Formats: sequence, structure tokens, C-alpha cells
Amino acid sequence: MLPFTLLACAVAGGVFLIIREPNVEYLFVAGYTIVQYIVLATAWNILGGYTGYVNFGSAAFFALGAYSTVALATFANQLDDLVPESMAPIFHLIFPLSIPTLIVIGGVVSGIVGLGMGYLTLRLRGAFFAIATLAMAVVLQTLVVNWEFVGGSGGAYIVRPGEFPGLGSYMQYLFALMLTLAVLAVVIARAIERSRLGYGFAAIRDDELAAEASGVPTLRLKLIATTISGALMGMAGAPFPYYIGYLQPQSAFGLEYAVNSIAMPMIGGTMNWIGPLVGTLLLGTLQQIANVTISSAVNLLLVGLLLIAFVIVAPNGIVGLVQERLRARRAK
Amino acid sequence: MSAILRVQGLSKRFGGFVALDGIDLEVQPGERLGLIGPNGSGKSTLVNCICGTLQNEAGSVQFDGDVVDGLAAHERTHRGLARSFQLPRPFPSLTLADNLRIPMLYTVHKRTGTPLHANSIEARCSELLQMVGLTGKARHRPRDLTQVEMRKLELARAMAAEPKLLIADESMAGLSHSEIEDILALLVKLNESGITIILIEHIMTAVMSFSQRLAVLVSGKKIADGKPEEVVRDPEVVRAYLGE
Repeated sequence: MLPFTLLACAVAGGVFLIIREPNVEYLFVAGYTIVQYIVLATAWNILGGYTGYVNFGSAAFFALGAYSTVALATFANQLDDLVPESMAPIFHLIFPLSIPTLIVIGGVVSGIVGLGMGYLTLRLRGAFFAIATLAMAVVLQTLVVNWEFVGGSGGAYIVRPGEFPGLGSYMQYLFALMLTLAVLAVVIARAIERSRLGYGFAAIRDDELAAEASGVPTLRLKLIATTISGALMGMAGAPFPYYIGYLQPQSAFGLEYAVNSIAMPMIGGTMNWIGPLVGTLLLGTLQQIANVTISSAVNLLLVGLLLIAFVIVAPNGIVGLVQERLRARRAK
Repeated sequence: MSAILRVQGLSKRFGGFVALDGIDLEVQPGERLGLIGPNGSGKSTLVNCICGTLQNEAGSVQFDGDVVDGLAAHERTHRGLARSFQLPRPFPSLTLADNLRIPMLYTVHKRTGTPLHANSIEARCSELLQMVGLTGKARHRPRDLTQVEMRKLELARAMAAEPKLLIADESMAGLSHSEIEDILALLVKLNESGITIILIEHIMTAVMSFSQRLAVLVSGKKIADGKPEEVVRDPEVVRAYLGE
């Protein structure tokens, strides 16, 4: 595991240096989105790919992370009005929180919601579970829309500092943070896959009744999956307000997060950690290119077309297709 | 010697339908019990209640001296109660070796206290596959197996949990004579190694040659329990199977 972690860090570092070279800020803006989807797709796959429970509410977990940041930043701005004067100096020591801290908090919040959602909905299977996650996203969005403190339906502004000391533009800093998160997500996904937990997840995906009969505590394992998956999505969402500058519920709970988090692993392959990575790099890059060359509205159309194509041509994703070819060749 | 499994007054309803009605059943350690009954008599429901897949509404199940009512299926497996399914339910995306690995990873250490070492898991996998005659297919997936091989995998997976009591739910339905002989020999071998076995089966020759004791379920009630030769001559049993 350590060699892989080091390798992943080296790759991430390499990517950062390469993107930095042309000194074009846009590369960071576009790169951030793609890397953010690596985290989301990998997180989705831990629940959806490994245990087979399709989560349509990825956007809600992502938005929870983003809105944790908004809430804490708003709190920091209004500190003097909100806390008693005697306590203010202590709060001024803590606030404003650094983005890594916000990422951790976003992860904790979304992880707890993931656990709660899992507890309420994991007795449902198949399409019913998917519908329940969708419903949860709607409920959470309604809550946020009606919560004035974080801007309600009007949204909230977060002022992004211009520079990060020692690194350059703040966007570079955000990109580096997201790369770190992506490394973390991929390392976690790969570690799970090769562990006792991963075998338990696979048993649940294949046949839950047989898994129970084999001694797998299915409910507990599913709760672990929803918690890890939710936490990673929340962590991906936490820096988002700083990236976008102005956050409103429609963008944080956007359909594209839910759809992409599902489509990217599906296209890449859901059986292992490489699938979401490959799917995201392919689909995410295509979307960014389409954004610039055609229009941003083409994004979801692209996802739809690719999904249909893959369901027909390679139902197990790119990685599944390659594995099948290799197996067939070995058998010859 | 105290019973390894003691079922007392077990009842289960599905809505208005009474599937099991006050079943009493005792199984002694090391015994080979045959359980028969016409279709829909409640055999599988009884297995599901004993194994925790379904929870019984009345009565109790005692396993190895402890009441296991209310425990989830996996907790009962941890205590040494394993089953095979009537229709084989392998893990289709995993290789045969990995199919057996699941119970080893999740069950065995619950009783011994220490997790199995990776090497001993490998060794145990090939040992089990050899026992059921599937050694060459360790790296294959269940979809490559024939019906009889699937049943053997099902038994091997139940055995991988190192159970004290094995419930084999119709492991032989749809198999040919020689295949039935195969499975029977396997079950007898397991029993000789000290595992108590409950065999649920329709194929009478197999049940008669295997069982030391025979229990008969009809419409959710146990109507006979005793020596196999006597039970099959019991007028009530004959009536249940052949009519008046």
C-alpha cells in the first residue's frame, strides 16, 4: 500500500508541475473540475460499484460539504455580531478556518449524513434505494434554500484570496488541495478493494442473502460504505465555494454532479478503483473540451450519449472490456 | 448429551397464512437428520427461521446451548450454524476460491479469536475445493460450473465457515443418480468429521440411505419423527404423501 501511495503522490505532483508549466490559469480551473470528479466518482464507486447500491444523491453530499464551508465562512465574517464580546478573541484565533480544516469538517458532516441516510434507507434495495437517495437530495436542497444564514435561494458570496503565499494564484492552491484529495480517495478505494472489507462488499453486491449466510454483517458493512462514500463527497465539496466564488443551491445541488458521479464509474468500470479514474479522465476531459469548443449545455448530452454507447458496447466499462479481452486472449 | 439444536414451539406466519405451527425439533451432536415433507409444507421456512434469514414470531431456537432468537443470520453463522441454499446462490463476480474466502474472512475468527493467516486461507481454500472435487477450477467463476458443481460449491462455502451444524437444503434436486451418490458421499464424509447434518430432500432413496432419524413436516406441523423405516410406514405420513 505504501509504494502505491507514494506512486500516486508522485503522479499527482507530476500532473501539478506539468499543468503549472504553461502558466495558463484556465488549466487550473478546468483541471480542478476534472480532479474533483475523480474524487466524486471514486467515492460513488465505493458504495455503488463495490456494494452495488446506486446512490443518486451524490450532489447532496457534495453540497453538504460546500455549504459547511459557506456556513463556517459566514460565521467567521459575522463573528463580532454572533458571539459575546468576551469570547470574541478566542473565536478570532480559530476563525477564519483554513481550507484543509474545512475539508475535514465537510467530510465529517457528509459522513455523518451518509451514515444516517444509510441507516434509514439501506433496508431498501435496488431502484428503491436509488429513489430514496434522490429524495434525500431534494429534502436537503429544500432545507438549504430556506436557510437564510447561508444565503437561502439567493446564494452566498465567498471571497477568494488572490494569492496563496509561496505557491502563486489561489486557484493553484485549490487545485493542489483537490489533487491531494484525489490521491486520498484513490488510495482508500484501492485499499478497501484488497481488504477483508472489500471482499465483504463484493459479497453484498453479488448476493446479500448468501453474504449473511456466510457470516458477513451486511448492514454494518453497508453503513461503513455509505459513511466513507459520503465523507469523501463532502470533502470534495468543501473547497467548492472558494473555487466558484458565488454558491447558490442550484449549482451546489446541480444535476451534473449526481449524473457524472454515476456515469464516470459506469463508463470506466465499477469493479475496481481504476474504473472511476479512467472514466473521469475520459468523460471529464471531453466535457471540458466541449465546454470550450461547443457549449456548456452539451455536457449532459455528452454524458447521456456515452452512457448509452457503453451500456450497449461495454456494459462493464472500459476496464471490464479490457479485462475480458485479456482473459479471452489468455484462454486461446 | 445435550442437543446441539433445540427448536421449541416455533411458529411463523406470512399474513394470514400459517407456514409453521408449533414445531418442536431436537438434534443431537453428530446426528444425521433427514427432514422431508410435501411441497409447501414449511421445510424451507423452518430452515430460514433456524438460520435467522426469517425471524420466528413464537417459540424459540436454541443452538449449542444458547437461545439465538432475534440474532441476525450472520451472527448465527458466526456461532457455527451454516446452511446451503436450495437454489445455489454463489457470488457470481468472484472466483471459486474467493467464494470460499468470504466465510473464512468473516466467520472463522469469530470463534477462534484470531483471524486466519493469508497462507492458511489459501491452504484451506484448496483443501475444500479438493474435498468437493473442484480443484482445477479455483480461478474460474461460478458461471463456468455445471449444476452439480454449483451444488458442491454451495456445500463447500457452507463448510468454509467451519460449522458445527450444517443444514443442506435440497442439495440434490435435479441431479442424476451418480451425482446424487457424489453429494451423499460428501455429506457422509462431513458427518464423519464430526459435523451434525440436517438434510432436507425430496429424493427418498437419498434420504433413507443418509438419515439416522427422519422428521416429517406437513402443512407447517411436524407429524412424525423417529427411525426412518418406521416413519415411512406411519399411516399419517403415507396419507400426507399419497392421499386417502
